[in-house]
Amino acid sequence: MTKPGEFYQRDRNWHPPAVTPTYKTSVARSPQYSMISLEQSASEITGPKFGHSDIDPMDRDMIHNYAASGESAIGERIIVHGRVLDENGRPVPNTLVEAWQANAGGRYRHKKDTYLAPIDPNFGGCGRTLTDENGYYFFRTVKPGAYPWRNWVNDWRPAHIHLSIFGTSFSQRLITQCYFEGDPLIAKCPIVNTIPDQAARGQLIAALDMNATIPLDTIAYKFDIVLRGRRSTLFENRMEGN
Amino acid sequence: MVQKLEYLKETPSQTAGPYVHIGLAPGAAGFDIYKNELGRDIAGPNAKGERIRVEGVVIDGTGSPIKDVMLETWQANSDGVYAHPEHDGEVEAGFSGWGRVITDFDTGEWGFDTVKPGAVMGRNGQRMAPHITLWIVARGINVGLNTRAYFDDEAEANAADPVLNVIEWERRRATLIAKRSERDGQIVYRFDIKLQGEDETVFFDI
Repeated sequence: MTKPGEFYQRDRNWHPPAVTPTYKTSVARSPQYSMISLEQSASEITGPKFGHSDIDPMDRDMIHNYAASGESAIGERIIVHGRVLDENGRPVPNTLVEAWQANAGGRYRHKKDTYLAPIDPNFGGCGRTLTDENGYYFFRTVKPGAYPWRNWVNDWRPAHIHLSIFGTSFSQRLITQCYFEGDPLIAKCPIVNTIPDQAARGQLIAALDMNATIPLDTIAYKFDIVLRGRRSTLFENRMEGN
Repeated sequence: MVQKLEYLKETPSQTAGPYVHIGLAPGAAGFDIYKNELGRDIAGPNAKGERIRVEGVVIDGTGSPIKDVMLETWQANSDGVYAHPEHDGEVEAGFSGWGRVITDFDTGEWGFDTVKPGAVMGRNGQRMAPHITLWIVARGINVGLNTRAYFDDEAEANAADPVLNVIEWERRRATLIAKRSERDGQIVYRFDIKLQGEDETVFFDI
């Protein structure tokens, strides 16, 4: 069987650029020279593999994975679910999805977070899971709260969950943030607005999904993730040949 | 009108933010939650080859070390084989080739222990010099930055490396060469990464 080819070029106009002055921290942390574009080699089309032995099934339940026995996290109980696909619409199975977030009051369990909203003793704020054979994943958690941050003096992050996805190659490696439908802070956020295209911003907003909501128990949001697609080997897969 | 191209768009990147450790290295954030934190052991106990440590700091445009960075590393084993089903060859049991490290909150220093990778065959039959791929995320970085660490004791292989030679500005290639030294009997490669300004590290769009 011939191997598939390289991954499609990343659309750097769809992603945020490196320097985005209204998100102030980017100013001193952005390269000034252009990136050097590479034709992909084995170093880029391979990446780490994870299996069920690496994680615990409970890792994806943030309501309970840090709670004392019989306790649960305080907040709006939500399911975040969706599929990891590539740009060709094909599912990305058995890939690691990691999540982290603030608690319902917008406070992170992190020694560097000094926001006055209290820590929830039964909430850690991180979860991880593998997609199934259809690229499907889900987490259970509480909806995170908005929180203030030192950018402009009155900036507030919309409610969000950070997500980290591996895919099958290091060139697909991605970290992003999932926002929630209807949040009026989204349009005001300098980090959201690092993304130039309005449609691209919309791709980061999870939709309320009443079909997946568990009645009298948990509300659901759907968040699909798209990783870079990959060329089929047609006539010109020149990775190794000539 | 033409037919519609039915490709999906890649999910846009966002910064990992200041609290990336909670999700990806919770032990460093100050709490233990997982039985198994991922990415701590890159080579495993069975790996052949020279044991090395790679370390450095990530420096911003003001010359200050960044203290909230997370780096991931990806490398082949000492035979130049990646732990991936599409790469021909076998790796030692326990060799993942992947690691995850964070900077010290006070000093910004990071480091990881591994084995020195072997040369990997590149495109069109051109051999690549031994290198480790690095991916850098942090607050203020909107899309993770890719770079490569090469080794200064591989001068001949580096001179022939097809990726280094894509960099038209020869002086910039030096930003990708880690410097070897020995400390307490351990081989250490120093690899400082400069995000911006003088001697800015080369970053790749892969």
